[in-house]
Amino acid sequence: MSSLKLLQDLVAHDDRVWCVKWNPTGTLLASCGSDKKIVLWGEEEGKWVAKVHLTEAHERTIRAVAWSPTGTYLASCSFDKTICIWKRDDTGVFGAIATLEGHENEVKCVAWSVSGEYLASCSRDKTVWIWSCEYDDEYDCLSVLHSHSQDVKKICWSPVEDVLVSCSYDNTVKCFKDDGDDWTCTDTLTGHESTVWAVAFDGTGKRLVTCSDDRTVKIWQRFNALDNSASQKPGWHCVCTLSGYHDRAIFDVDWSAIHGAIVSTGADDCIRIFEENLTAQDPLREPEFFAAASMPRAHSQDVNAVSWNPVRGHLLASCSDDGLVKIWTYARPE
Amino acid sequence: MMSNGGAKGPENVNPQVYQPSERRVLTADEENEDIVDKFDCREVFDMVRQINDPEHPLTLEELNVVQINHIEVDDERNRVVVLYTPTIPHCSMATLIGLAIRVKLLRSLPERFKVDVRIYEGSHVSEVAVNKQLADKERVAAALENSHLLDVINQCLAVQKK
Repeated sequence: MSSLKLLQDLVAHDDRVWCVKWNPTGTLLASCGSDKKIVLWGEEEGKWVAKVHLTEAHERTIRAVAWSPTGTYLASCSFDKTICIWKRDDTGVFGAIATLEGHENEVKCVAWSVSGEYLASCSRDKTVWIWSCEYDDEYDCLSVLHSHSQDVKKICWSPVEDVLVSCSYDNTVKCFKDDGDDWTCTDTLTGHESTVWAVAFDGTGKRLVTCSDDRTVKIWQRFNALDNSASQKPGWHCVCTLSGYHDRAIFDVDWSAIHGAIVSTGADDCIRIFEENLTAQDPLREPEFFAAASMPRAHSQDVNAVSWNPVRGHLLASCSDDGLVKIWTYARPE
Repeated sequence: MMSNGGAKGPENVNPQVYQPSERRVLTADEENEDIVDKFDCREVFDMVRQINDPEHPLTLEELNVVQINHIEVDDERNRVVVLYTPTIPHCSMATLIGLAIRVKLLRSLPERFKVDVRIYEGSHVSEVAVNKQLADKERVAAALENSHLLDVINQCLAVQKK
């Protein structure tokens, strides 16, 4: 049997914590929230401690943070309409080097492409922006995408190519790609019955997991014209819906590129982990996932985000309205 | 979202006014501090009934916008559901009233409670859209960082000078 155990409570925030993200080497955890502060947590003698507090860059809630693929840059976005870029110098100190303005109201998410070439942001103003990241720390807006009809909640990049995925209050998920001329919406994934709060890729970029206010988690798979096993038309299709596990809105999902487990969490204060049933795998049938572990009352209030450590796959971080960040250890079924 | 359709003054100029309920009578058990009282509908109703309507010098109870029999409280499961009824089906203040009820309960109830504030089914033309906004914690959080909107809500929540 697999299990989820609390490793440590991390206390530093004075208010709701909205987001947690591990750096690419899994050595630093960034958290941010309504106290307008970013905290970077590192390990010292087996304990996670607050190493750095980044303050005074934003005037309102910091909704999300994102690490660049090298871990040199950190981006933060805020209800104050701006994005802040932080750079680590040779001594390991982070300093704010740029503020990106343009969104009309709250910026809800930022994400760096795997190539490091692009930064994407999304907002309640219904747009997704693609920014170019130059070597001299210049950031230019390349494209403003107006495909969604309501606020865009979250964005994420494919781990293998420059494909961006966004999810929205309009209940849809959309994919964007540079067609050589401009960034265009290539796919719209429909099926959720309410706000889609989060989206994440698996390690191969061929599957996506989404979660929604409709209390379901959905798994989507991209079929190519060459996939002769598939009876599906080319494009993204929902191949699995996990319902009945969370009894309130599901705010975040993450898919471990290391071991393939999916973690979900939300307004029911619970963290759940799903594993794919690989023994029953038949290429002609849809994949099956099962609930491998759960932690009811993981926090005393809504859990807003979860993040798998990208290197030490057994480590999981979560954050909540209760002001806490928690680190969990996950022991997988063998 | 909060516009008044360009009109000055209230949309519903002559709303029906209802008699406020009697003060809650405290029982001996409730006054005994050794007994843990569970939250009930009446207690939650007492939290929201004195909220001022944004347009009229009347409370939500006097306008029958909140009613005790449209409140559900499950103390053990930490759930509270408040259904409210706008005075007219196209009331443009519906979102603001819902937000005021939500903020009042956020400030009054212990943090363990999960609170849902929704429009009483069939009582408003934009019921689905308003309910979705009120249920979106991110939108609510951002709205409450807007000082102008917070001032308006605080006026709704201020104690009346009657």
